[in-house]
Amino acid sequence: MATLHTKNAARAMMAPAVIVLLIWMIVPLAMTLYFSTLNYTLYNPFSTPFVGFENYSYFLNDPTFLAALANTLVLVLGVLAITVGGGILIALLLDQDFYGVNIVRLLVIAPFFVMPTVAALVWKNMMMNPVYGVIGQFLQALGIAPIDWMTDVPLLSIVIIVAWQWLPFATLILLTALQSLSMDQKEAAEMDGAGALSIFWYITLPHMSRAITVVILIQTIFLLSIYAEILVTTQGGPGSQSTNITYLVAQQATSYGDIGAASAGGIVAVILANIVAIFLVRLIGKNLDA
Amino acid sequence: MARNVSPGRKIGTTVLAWFVGLVIFFPILWTFLTSFKTELQAISIPPVFVGFDWTLENYQTIQTQSNYLHFMMNSIYLSLGSTALGLIVAVPAAWAMAFSPTKRTKDVLLWMLSTKMLPAVGVLIPVYLMFIRFGLLDSRLGLIVVLFLINLPIIVWMLYTYFKEIPGEILEAARMDGANLRKEITQVLAPMAVPGIASTVLLNVILSWNEAFWTLNLTTSNAAPLTAFIASFSSPQGNFYAKLSAASMLAIAPILIVGWFSQKQLVRGLTFGAVK
Repeated sequence: MATLHTKNAARAMMAPAVIVLLIWMIVPLAMTLYFSTLNYTLYNPFSTPFVGFENYSYFLNDPTFLAALANTLVLVLGVLAITVGGGILIALLLDQDFYGVNIVRLLVIAPFFVMPTVAALVWKNMMMNPVYGVIGQFLQALGIAPIDWMTDVPLLSIVIIVAWQWLPFATLILLTALQSLSMDQKEAAEMDGAGALSIFWYITLPHMSRAITVVILIQTIFLLSIYAEILVTTQGGPGSQSTNITYLVAQQATSYGDIGAASAGGIVAVILANIVAIFLVRLIGKNLDA
Repeated sequence: MARNVSPGRKIGTTVLAWFVGLVIFFPILWTFLTSFKTELQAISIPPVFVGFDWTLENYQTIQTQSNYLHFMMNSIYLSLGSTALGLIVAVPAAWAMAFSPTKRTKDVLLWMLSTKMLPAVGVLIPVYLMFIRFGLLDSRLGLIVVLFLINLPIIVWMLYTYFKEIPGEILEAARMDGANLRKEITQVLAPMAVPGIASTVLLNVILSWNEAFWTLNLTTSNAAPLTAFIASFSSPQGNFYAKLSAASMLAIAPILIVGWFSQKQLVRGLTFGAVK
């Protein structure tokens, strides 16, 4: 069926997509790599001497970098723990038979469609504000002194905001996986006298393991690049307590005009993301054969 | 799910599920309610839930004082523009990969996916400088191109998984009946491909509408979409909760509605077909 003619036609049809993506991937990345070896600032853009790895040693030795790396890890792992753990529990709940299941599903999925800047500002002001925020007032009603979330626990605040945005994603995907679990298997286990907990542990959880892996990997890709939520809430502060790598790099370029250091930081971010990406591409590639 | 559960348990599950649902939805609900309060009621202690004088004042102020429509139009231009551009390039590519696969098709698909994993900060600097050089900073055209490029892999993947499900036998049958390529496409395949394309459009519009790295870094006012408009409320002077709420509702309502209709497709698109 694949004649030479159709093969050429197929190639021509694929060409535009492949070419634009190739350009998009190679040109800016090559430029970033090149800039990362220059002493290049926006204040003096006409003198850009070659400095080798100086930007890298500057960026990697900057105490802010280590803080940002640690914050990035806390942010990614914290959000993953909440969304995967919470996602499994809520998916199990939504898989049950109850009144208004479709409406509850809409309520749960909603935060995913809220744009990052709105999510962050609503949480910062209306939920977490120490005086007027709903959480503060709720705690006060219980007799607990409210805290100033954005100053006292800036990173935790951002973890909560981002987890709220991604919990629906994890729930939706895990629920989809859960619904493809055949009833027979569970019923057979029940007849053999298995309890709810062991059914979950030995049947449901293994069945969901692939979906869980997919959730972890895809979220990690997005979570490494959290930016807007930090920009509109803490701006990375106080100090660098809530600065992640993405925010640090963008800040180097747009606030300090240090193109060289920002580029070196960008390359570091690319390497970090690639470590995750290799696993994800393999996993999805395996699925492609099936 | 067809199992019979005792009524008592069903009611228990109902209560628990609604409680969880409402807790998760609460920030949106609260924003919705606050958007109809006066500024004074919005910060009243203790908070008022529904027993306030509902007013549309905030929505009017948002439009007259900060020109909401301008940003809204930009969001529409950007999401529709990048989606249209994406379809033009991705439909033929996904089509070719689904219907005339070669040994390398899988590699091409995975490579496309890997471009999506390139962190934006890795290419921000050159793109930023090129935008300055070519006068694209704060222009809709420039952002449409960037949004098109970052979402192209998702569009190709999603279309591919849909096209893959169109049975090849239908194509062969049509060929046997003497259909030429044009007829093959317009009369046989297109009708079967439309639902998949529609879902892809929906997801891509959602992703572009909410994209907040490039839109914040590459715009100031002219081409700024709603993400940037809302970000301007983060300044201390912007602490007007009722107005912030009204602006937020206006920014998220369209996409919330689109999103609710496309939740199934979302799973597929965002997992690159790995979970259906």
